[in-house]
Amino acid sequence: MSPRPVRLRKISNPPIISGFKPYGDKLKPVNGPGIFLHLEEYEAIRLCDHEMLSHQQAAEMMAVSRPTLTRIHSSARKKIADAMVNGRQLIIEGGKIFYDSEWYLCSRCGCYFNNPEKLIEVTECPLCHSTEFSNVADFDKSND
Amino acid sequence: MKVAITSTGNTLESTLDQRFGRCTCFVIYNTETKGIEFVPNPNRDAQEGAGPASVQIVASRGVGKVISGEFGFKIKSLFDSLKIQMIVLKEPEKRISEIIDMLDN
Repeated sequence: MSPRPVRLRKISNPPIISGFKPYGDKLKPVNGPGIFLHLEEYEAIRLCDHEMLSHQQAAEMMAVSRPTLTRIHSSARKKIADAMVNGRQLIIEGGKIFYDSEWYLCSRCGCYFNNPEKLIEVTECPLCHSTEFSNVADFDKSND
Repeated sequence: MKVAITSTGNTLESTLDQRFGRCTCFVIYNTETKGIEFVPNPNRDAQEGAGPASVQIVASRGVGKVISGEFGFKIKSLFDSLKIQMIVLKEPEKRISEIIDMLDN
């Protein structure tokens, strides 16, 4: 029997950079290969250590169980620590993930829309410019 | 900002196409210059991969918003990573001219 497939982790904010490079005088030419920090691990660090959410809340955001989130988070910390201590490059890449953004429903024109610029808050419906819209928690489920 | 609207034909009286990848025509509307451009969709009869190919067409025109009746699973993640806003309008009777009016007001 094949193993159970990995549950896809939801990424709400992809990173703005693709990695980190070490610098400094004491740097040896080769410090070993770069470390691949998966996107799901980046997201776990962002939610737990930057937005200061609890593991329970972060797990709900990423659509995985709390123990799974804790495992992703600890593996992320291990990789970041390894990169810093051993002066290795950190490459943010890969992982079993899917992107999703928040969806809104306009009550005037009845359209659904999302917000790709997460740092800018939505102030009006992009279609009819009405301010009467509400957040839809799970668009895909309401769509089925 | 440029807005792409999926259309069932190449006139302003055509209605909103409910499919994104296999729509007949894209209407590229520029909200600043009020310019309207009709782009026929070469992927309308494609067997597979119509969605991502259509994303390429609208992304290459530099649009910021896309209006359609539905977006597939693959397309949502693509537009998300390209930071293009998706607007889902489930009104197949809506004319292109009416949608442009809504955008202007």
